[in-house]
Amino acid sequence: MSAATLEVKQVTMRFGGLKALAEFDLTMMPGELVGLIGPNGAGKTTAFNAITGVYQPTEGDVLVAGERVNGLKPHQICVKGVARTFQNIRLFKQLSALDNVRIACHASCKAGFVDTLFQTAHHEDEERRILARAEEFLVVMGLGHRRDELSRNLPYGEQRRLEIARALATGPKVLCLDEPAAGMNSAEKVELMKLIRSIRDRFGLSILVIEHDMKLVMGVSERLIVLDHGVTIARGKPEEIRRNPKVIEAYLGDAYLEEKHMAVPAGGEAP
Amino acid sequence: MTEFLQHLANGLSVGSIYALIALGYTMVYGVLKLINFAHGDVYMVGAFAGFYLAQVAGIGVYGVEASGGAQLLHAILVTLGAMAICGLLGYTIERFAYRPLRHRARLTSLITAIGVSLLLEYGFQLKPWITSPIEFPPGPTFRVFPTLVERVPLEGAERAVGVSLSNLDVYGLLVAVILMVVLQWIVYRTKFGTAMRAVSFDWQTAGLMGIPVNRVISWTFVLGSALAAAAGIIQATSRPKIEPLFGLMPGLKAFVAAVLGGIGSVPGAMVGGLVLGLAEEYVAGYTDSSYRDAIAFSVLILVLLVRPSGLFGRVTQEKV
Amino acid sequence: MRAWPVVKSFLPFLIGAPLFWVFGEWLPGAWNLIFLTVFVNIVLAVSLNVVNGFTGQFSLGHAGFMAVGAYTAAKITQSMEGVQLSFLPAYASDHVVFALALAASMATAALAGLLVGLPSLRLRGDYLAIVTLGFGEIIRSIIENMKALGQATGLSGLPPRTTMTWAGLCALGTIVMARRLATSTQGRALFAIRDDEVAAEAMGVDTTGYKVRAFVISSAFAGLGGALVAHAIMLCTPKMFTFVRSIEVVIMIVLGGLGSITGSVVAAVVLTVGLESLREFQSFRMVAYAFLLIVLMLTRPQGLFGTHELWDLRIFKKRRAPAPAGAKEAP
Repeated sequence: MSAATLEVKQVTMRFGGLKALAEFDLTMMPGELVGLIGPNGAGKTTAFNAITGVYQPTEGDVLVAGERVNGLKPHQICVKGVARTFQNIRLFKQLSALDNVRIACHASCKAGFVDTLFQTAHHEDEERRILARAEEFLVVMGLGHRRDELSRNLPYGEQRRLEIARALATGPKVLCLDEPAAGMNSAEKVELMKLIRSIRDRFGLSILVIEHDMKLVMGVSERLIVLDHGVTIARGKPEEIRRNPKVIEAYLGDAYLEEKHMAVPAGGEAP
Repeated sequence: MTEFLQHLANGLSVGSIYALIALGYTMVYGVLKLINFAHGDVYMVGAFAGFYLAQVAGIGVYGVEASGGAQLLHAILVTLGAMAICGLLGYTIERFAYRPLRHRARLTSLITAIGVSLLLEYGFQLKPWITSPIEFPPGPTFRVFPTLVERVPLEGAERAVGVSLSNLDVYGLLVAVILMVVLQWIVYRTKFGTAMRAVSFDWQTAGLMGIPVNRVISWTFVLGSALAAAAGIIQATSRPKIEPLFGLMPGLKAFVAAVLGGIGSVPGAMVGGLVLGLAEEYVAGYTDSSYRDAIAFSVLILVLLVRPSGLFGRVTQEKV
Repeated sequence: MRAWPVVKSFLPFLIGAPLFWVFGEWLPGAWNLIFLTVFVNIVLAVSLNVVNGFTGQFSLGHAGFMAVGAYTAAKITQSMEGVQLSFLPAYASDHVVFALALAASMATAALAGLLVGLPSLRLRGDYLAIVTLGFGEIIRSIIENMKALGQATGLSGLPPRTTMTWAGLCALGTIVMARRLATSTQGRALFAIRDDEVAAEAMGVDTTGYKVRAFVISSAFAGLGGALVAHAIMLCTPKMFTFVRSIEVVIMIVLGGLGSITGSVVAAVVLTVGLESLREFQSFRMVAYAFLLIVLMLTRPQGLFGTHELWDLRIFKKRRAPAPAGAKEAP
């Protein structure tokens, strides 16, 4: 159909009686930077989980490069081209930075157990290729000097960058970053913004970012989607979203709106 | 028909034993998310505790001397004594082997639990160090549990429906049911029970709400161990040969029962135990009884393949 | 040429075989059984480590797979006894048959591992322990009921085929297998599963598939160990393969450090030789083991070696080329 890398069509997630995500729609083209924002508990990570296969969507479809992926297991969806980072950083703590990234190259490895046990030339070739690839990604993310360091010993900011390097190494079409700037100071956030844009430029991926830091996400995204209690309450360019009263209400509450004479009367239009 | 009813009676007896032991597994798993490998051995210790208490008090050791009422009183006292001893044992195990590891990986506690289990099983198999007033440890050969209550076959049941039952079977079932009812009351109608359930949902939040988590966990172990002890004594009165490894199989089967009912669920453990007991009786009764033990494991595999959360369990999603 | 690396991969065995043979000849007879046991325990411990240590899945059913392998090999050597491959001298013929028996034992044990692993490995850690324990018992109870396998008395009078060379080669083979696995893509996938299954899955690792594969490999080598034991003591009974046996292997890898091949080897040697004196007193030995486990978990749960290996020491590391220019590239 289209050249869209990711199409999320009316995806709904229900947990028992709770509708965590309601009719979520999203289409992404290669090279697009989209931000997903909303107050805590809005369903942003749930959307990620539904896209990457951690949850199976109760309703709706997820398509990657035109191919339906909902119902597949997470590792299969990864192979189809979707990579992600996690809100709480899930690195392989007992492994080095290099090994963390090498694991992401796993699915592309064409040598199997037999090759490993008998140390065939095929095995050696693949190991060399994976090593080179992993080292390259470490260097791209500025972590070349940390290659043999245990991932749990890395400073926080570098751990976040390592997670991104790892996700990149899977060779995705779509990269989903879950709060990549959490816990960083302003200088680090500026660096991160530049990094995300450079990744997009260099690899031509679609990048979907969940973030709480407004400045960062508005600075990095070309367009935004705003969730609140699982419902999409606004979409558009950052400037439009900034002024949207429904968005402001979701984050700051009615009282703020009334104060600013921006409250929407019941059934009425926004000023 | 007679055979059917006989299996029913036997199945309920066996099942109530499994239920009592399963309750301990399920309660501990509920609050600590730990499979207490040593629990089956607490059941064994319970039987031996009763054995030693009766010896020391001179009850039933040389045959049954006292009259009907006194018999029952003695039996009840011995049972309560054994329950207290095992309650203490359960407390000690939790306090010194599990609590220090609560913040570590779950695997560490699991390995420790295996260690405690081995300690009890093989510690009891050592040759006796003390010989008076009791021989302890009991050593590997089996001992004969004293007759606390004289066995009286119930002629009425035999004549009416052809089922062979004795007063011991009835008492055993009665005690089991009473204990289960009491436990049900504790868990659902007392403040302690509510605290226990709160801890099983989320021990950190429960602690923040002012619940004394350590105390609740300790008492959970005490309760579970006491029930296991009672089960041990009930079993030993109908099958008096006891030895240090005789808790192994019932322990494993009771675990299966707990999983069947939904591990973490108190009513689940009771139902699971009874269902497993009946299943075992019926399948072993109508087919080849040499595969009796395999039935429990087959049930386990079936449950884990088809419905891992068990009959009454909650299906939990890991938060990513 | 492309085949050279595979040929090279057999080198350790070509070197090891004569060394083990010489060792076996030189060793005084009284020590024979002890060292055979040490080598067998290395096979068992290192293979169990692949599942429990590398992949982080706690299996307690190793003895069941030992039994499968032992009985398979026993049936083969028993039925081939007296048969001689015409073109070989008796001695060589016997060992060729034994080699086949060993290969068969690995195959059947691997199959058993597949059947047990497929349903079980979808379960979480604690459940897996009991399920594998249960399977071990089921396998044993099946064997105890089969007339063809001698029921409770088992099979006796097996030919004493386990020489120091065989045992040594198998131990070496297991270590080599584990090492190659640990330094490969597949091994890293197992470590990833151990560290964080969700993240591993998200990075493209088929976690269930890999867990099953690790389990199958581990079971195959357990079968090998079982076959070696049976042909060392010339006996094969169900009582040899109870859950106590499984737990003994678990204790070895816990002591050595879950995930460390070096640790498993060292612990196997230490426990086999050290507790040799307590061999007669099963209860004392088990109580000692029990204390060991509890104290170890309370004081040093990572065991002797944690996840470290002998070959991680700096003296073994190849000198790396200095980091390429631009290594600190940042946007």
